[in-house]
Amino acid sequence: MNRAGSAEEARSLPSKVSVRNLNFYYGGQQALFDNNIDIPEKRVTAIIGPSGCGKSTHIRVYNRIYELYRTHRAEGQVVIDGKNILLPSVDLIDLRKRVGMIFQRPTPFPMTIFDNIAYGLKLHYRVGRTELSDRVEDALKRGALWDEVKDKLGEPANALSGGQQQRLCIARAIATEPELILMDEPCSAIDPVATAKIEDLIQTLRDNYTVVLVTHNMQQAARVSDFTAFFYKGYIIEFGATKQIFTNPAERETEDYITGRFG
Amino acid sequence: MNETTRQRRVDRAFRILTASCALVVIVLMGGILFELLRNSGMSMKEFGFGFLTSDAWNPGAGEFGAASSIFGTVVSTAIAMLLAVPLSLIIAIYLVEVAHPRVSKIVGGGIELLAAVPSIIYGMWGLFVFAALMQEHVQPWLGRWFGFLPLFQGPPMGIGMLTAGLILTLMVLPFITAVTRDVLQMVPPVLKESAHGVGATMWEATRHIALKYGRRGIVGAVFLGFGRALGETMAVTFVIGNSHRISSSLFDAGNTIASSLANEFNEASEPIYLSSLFELALVLFGLTLLFQTLAHFWVSRMQRQEAGSR
Amino acid sequence: MRLRSRTQRKVADRAARVVMVPAALAGIAVLAWILWEVISRGAGALNLDFFTQLPTPPGMEGGGLANAILGTLLMTVLATVIGTPVGLMAGIYLAEFGTTSRLATAVRFTTNLLMGTPSIIVGIFVYALIVLRTGHFSGWAGGVALAILMLPVVLRTTEDMLNLVPDELRESALALGAPRWRATLTVVFRAAKTGLVTGILLAVARVSGETAPLLFTALNSFYWPETISEPTANLTVTIFNYAMSPYADWQQKAWGASLLITVGILIVTVLSRFTLRDRKSRTWSR
Repeated sequence: MNRAGSAEEARSLPSKVSVRNLNFYYGGQQALFDNNIDIPEKRVTAIIGPSGCGKSTHIRVYNRIYELYRTHRAEGQVVIDGKNILLPSVDLIDLRKRVGMIFQRPTPFPMTIFDNIAYGLKLHYRVGRTELSDRVEDALKRGALWDEVKDKLGEPANALSGGQQQRLCIARAIATEPELILMDEPCSAIDPVATAKIEDLIQTLRDNYTVVLVTHNMQQAARVSDFTAFFYKGYIIEFGATKQIFTNPAERETEDYITGRFG
Repeated sequence: MNETTRQRRVDRAFRILTASCALVVIVLMGGILFELLRNSGMSMKEFGFGFLTSDAWNPGAGEFGAASSIFGTVVSTAIAMLLAVPLSLIIAIYLVEVAHPRVSKIVGGGIELLAAVPSIIYGMWGLFVFAALMQEHVQPWLGRWFGFLPLFQGPPMGIGMLTAGLILTLMVLPFITAVTRDVLQMVPPVLKESAHGVGATMWEATRHIALKYGRRGIVGAVFLGFGRALGETMAVTFVIGNSHRISSSLFDAGNTIASSLANEFNEASEPIYLSSLFELALVLFGLTLLFQTLAHFWVSRMQRQEAGSR
Repeated sequence: MRLRSRTQRKVADRAARVVMVPAALAGIAVLAWILWEVISRGAGALNLDFFTQLPTPPGMEGGGLANAILGTLLMTVLATVIGTPVGLMAGIYLAEFGTTSRLATAVRFTTNLLMGTPSIIVGIFVYALIVLRTGHFSGWAGGVALAILMLPVVLRTTEDMLNLVPDELRESALALGAPRWRATLTVVFRAAKTGLVTGILLAVARVSGETAPLLFTALNSFYWPETISEPTANLTVTIFNYAMSPYADWQQKAWGASLLITVGILIVTVLSRFTLRDRKSRTWSR
């Protein structure tokens, strides 16, 4: 089943995120230059490019997680659901509830499996015991982890294998019902079998969520994404349907990267 | 004898030398316990377990009991821990999570220095500066507003149990703060990011995730601070007033085991007096050993739980 | 499932941030205050006589604490000479030989206990061990008490610092055919030199400000420490005695001695922190 979108579809689909003239600075050093991109809703968009090209930096703007660091600064517009989230008036709690994030390494919180999933829910909602466990079960099912952990919900989350931990983190992100899920090289610290499971999971997420997947693995981008953006030295060189990017790139740099001439 | 066998012998000798140096630590600990037990024998025989529960302390009449010293040690340590632990955690969180890096560096450096200042300096400052402040301002104020509590009754004398507890607070505060700060700095940034990523505020991320991640180190730091407060001598001796009595008011003079030892050890002329002081020292030693051992096993159980689940 | 009040959560966050600032400021303010009092009250006492003269009898103006300065130096050196080699050797055992052996585990645990033992207990132990047996207070006893306090500190730093030395370095020294003792004392020690020296300096600084272990060992004296087998003058016990006296001149001298001790210890501490920090960052970047 090839779900890869076409160029026409990209233009016709409503966009979840519209980035306009985004520049990003680490202290005095500029890392992103004039990024413009429209991320289609309920599709998987892959961001590829050589390391240090600004892929992660770019998606870290979407939930403003970069603000944890004093010297990091973004300029421009990132419009999610019609609202520019870079405006100071934006409620960060609300933004981060709507935008989930998965990191390179699994980041289970130092608590039980159950509490990990429940953590976000309990932060944002007053929720009764039974409903909480229903929600946790639901999130674990959607994170394709339920069958493996249903008998040990009370055990510490770091008892799980790396791949399971990463799916736990995905389930944790899903639990608060985000609309957009950012994944920053989610398989880079995980073995191939576990990677395959996470790729399957990403496929199923597409029905309900908009997914942005940063990856250094081009095969992975080709396998799971509908659309692909190619980043190079902080610029978005090319964005289009995954099939088109991989078979018939418009730009010279994209072709060089895809054919392995650098990167 | 060829060269290699010779070298092997030298190596063996070196190894034995280092091992015996390591053994010195154990011998010393055993020696302390032995000397304290041996020298407190006379007092033990004379007073039995009553030594621990009697608050009599009349060197002239040859009556000795540890109760008032134990009471003072517990009360002053409790004041110090009640105030210092939350305050240290707050300052450490401020330094790691909130403050501008430059501010954090300066304040953090200052707090490390505060930890290096010897206790006798705290004693000097406590006696000549802080006690006056207590007498003129703090105690009258407490008496006026909280005087209905037995804790804050009596004339403001400056020195006494409350002042000693506060000086102890100042002494353990930098210590716990410095260690907690180091622990919080060890929390992986990506873990903090994922807490913020699900929408936690700084305060929530720190309370639920960072403190939990570093709880082993923090518990260790608290216990170390506790041990310090328990055995701190000079700073307390300067400001506690040194009187063998149990009073419900924190304004009254009192004593701790360590302050009694510092004040009376060289004056003890009768063998039974000296022996009682040795037994007092034994009680303090026993208390610190007990709490340190508890801390050790608690922390290593936490460690096992974390490691076993990995 | 009802949404939690976001305002409440934000107010809690803001309140926490707001409370933290005065707490941290108070911490720093107290340090500044203590230092200020020590400097302003102590500076007046420091003059040439303070460093060169013997104390005067109670109530008489003038004189100095030269004997106490010398005594403190003497006993600190004595403690360093006794405590450091034993601590270094024991640290080598833990890091290089014992590592996970039962003896090493026991030594590590006991070291922590010894580190947490109140210094006054160590003073009483040495009183029983030396003063009672020899029949008199002495600088020896004071030095030994301080050495016992130094030992666990030096031991721990040595083990930590030696553990920072990469195994490859050890292995390559051994691969060249160096015997273990030689590899340790030359290659491994040299690699860890800065860390070891700073650790020892910190231990010396800590011990030189101790009072409680000297009260019943070295006692104090109004005279020059001519032999180390008699009660020996020292700064910290002098501070204690003078501060508790009714004479203004003595109290001022106590402040002078406090200033001297504080400045000495803070200088050593600051210097060693700088070198340690340097060393740490270098080790990590490698």
